[in-house]
Amino acid sequence: MTLITTRRSFVAGSAAMAGGLMLGRSARAQEALKVGFVYVGPVGDYGWTHGHDVARKAVDAKFGDQVKTTFVENVAEGPDAERVIRQLATSGHGLVFTTSFGFMQPTAKVAKQFPKVKFEHATGYMTAPNLAVYNARFYEGRAVCGAIAGHVTKKGVVGYIGSFPIPEVVMGINAFTLAAQKIRPDIQVKVVWANSWYDPGKEGDAAKALIDQGADIICQHTDSPAPLQVAQERGVHGFGQASDMKTYAPEAQLTAILDVWSNYYVERVQAVIDGSWQSHSVWYGFKEGMVALADYGPAVTDEAKKDAEATREGIIAGTLHPFTGPIKNQKGEEAVAAGATLPDDKLQAMDWYVQGVQA
Amino acid sequence: MSLDAMVLILITVISAATPLLYAALGELVAERAGVLNLGVEGMMLAGAVTAFAVTVTTGSASLGIVAGAIAGAVLAFAFGVLTLSLLANQVATGLALTIFGIGLSALVGAGFVGIPVERLPRLAVPGVSDLPVLGPLLFGHDVLVYLGLLMTFGVAWFLKRTRGGMILRAVGESDVSAHSIGYDVIKVRYLAVLFGGLMAGLGGAFLSLSYTPMWVEEMTAGRGWIALALVVFASWRPWRVLLGAYLFGGVTILQLHAQGAGGLFGLPAQVLSMLPYLATILVLTIIAAGPWRGRLNAPASLGKPFRPAT
Repeated sequence: MTLITTRRSFVAGSAAMAGGLMLGRSARAQEALKVGFVYVGPVGDYGWTHGHDVARKAVDAKFGDQVKTTFVENVAEGPDAERVIRQLATSGHGLVFTTSFGFMQPTAKVAKQFPKVKFEHATGYMTAPNLAVYNARFYEGRAVCGAIAGHVTKKGVVGYIGSFPIPEVVMGINAFTLAAQKIRPDIQVKVVWANSWYDPGKEGDAAKALIDQGADIICQHTDSPAPLQVAQERGVHGFGQASDMKTYAPEAQLTAILDVWSNYYVERVQAVIDGSWQSHSVWYGFKEGMVALADYGPAVTDEAKKDAEATREGIIAGTLHPFTGPIKNQKGEEAVAAGATLPDDKLQAMDWYVQGVQA
Repeated sequence: MSLDAMVLILITVISAATPLLYAALGELVAERAGVLNLGVEGMMLAGAVTAFAVTVTTGSASLGIVAGAIAGAVLAFAFGVLTLSLLANQVATGLALTIFGIGLSALVGAGFVGIPVERLPRLAVPGVSDLPVLGPLLFGHDVLVYLGLLMTFGVAWFLKRTRGGMILRAVGESDVSAHSIGYDVIKVRYLAVLFGGLMAGLGGAFLSLSYTPMWVEEMTAGRGWIALALVVFASWRPWRVLLGAYLFGGVTILQLHAQGAGGLFGLPAQVLSMLPYLATILVLTIIAAGPWRGRLNAPASLGKPFRPAT
């Protein structure tokens, strides 16, 4: 059973009140576990939020009448988020997923006030007895993209559209660059920040700017299909973000990094139903199936496929780590010694670029 | 920087400025008639989704553009009924219209996410379009780009040179006086608001058919609000709106290029992202404060409801 509370906000206060009323009215059937989802964007963004909503629907499909899911979309990061999360907690939800980094503080605050409600926060680092953290090792996917890009690029110039310079994004840029350098040591990665997770027009303009400056591969860490669509029109190549975007770029898309949250969500809902839920902090990748790749596009050569598969299989087997030294930073100083790998905590705090990145 | 690169940049600037130009021009006319409609973002989204849906369903982009404009006007009509006939508060109604437009467009557009559409064709003038530099710069755009420029001229001419424009301005400056000499204030305001909706709808149609030919939710990403700000900083003058829109679009694109080229004077990317806002506000404020006929030009009756004395 699905119960949808849609809140599209611009006026935070009044909208939150309206949302509260709707939630209040529905807080009846107590036998089903109510699971709430807080989204940062619209479910139709065809990117990050879309991916989480696909997983929510998987929970619906799996548990049927045992579970009632509710989602609130377009929740601004900050104080507004706290109100929304508290609304969910007070309206009988037993489990709440908050799916953006900026929801971390509000989630932690509300979790403290509602010890009986279980919270799951994506991509953060704060845990509590009733607050678990989960994230996906997207950098593993970026490494595979890098290997493909190293083969496909002709000019050796990659344009990378970033959202915000936070560790998650910086890590992706570095993983991509390191993997691409293995194939093409002279590759240059130009980074442009859109300063937005989601602005199709600006993302597209950034792609145009990068292609005008010679890039023949476009990477993005923003959520709309616009950059890939520009790549398609200009006859260059790129990678889809969060969803398979090949309908927008049938020739241009080399592959897409897919976020697969459904297994995790089903597992955690099951745990709450069974009473076995415990707080944890997990970071899953290819191996656990949280990160996956879309089918390779027509421009991916057999050689590129071979290296891409080798990268992916190596990561799954644990024989290959994208951040294995020697790694030099932008100044050419050694950042990771030969043979060493960067530990997870260093990765999650990454604030420097590897050599070859221009940002 | 080579000449060809400059041309490419300028073409991108023109497409980035066009949706702002449409939305801001429409809002300018509504505000000059004394109506503050904060629902621009919602009307743009309605235009974007309708234009896209009609284009995909019928295969005709022209029909799509017309439908997009009508969709914007339909939302504007609802705003008019509430604020002009029922005298609801304009600010609150405008905000509600934006929220409504966001929700409605997402609902209508749910089935259209993930479908690509052909970009609007560029108008090609045989012979001229192939000229170096000038060809692509002047003759390489789609019909909506030219229509936007034409509209700027039309609105400026209408407001300044025609009787209708004078009546509209009179209604915006002093509704009571206009009423007392026999003009139908409510009717004039309805027409101005409808024009605003039409233009916002066209701006939205440009977004979903030309700028980024796709439908994704909230694809306006705040452009309606930027358009509203442009009207104020352009001190309610059409040519300044044009200047503001191109300036904003221009600096946005230039800063993206500066980042791609390795930065600008070592400024952080966040500062570069601020530049379009800073530059536009600064330039338009200087113009408005300058000696050349500079004064703040806000219509005196802006935002005030009008109830004709019976």
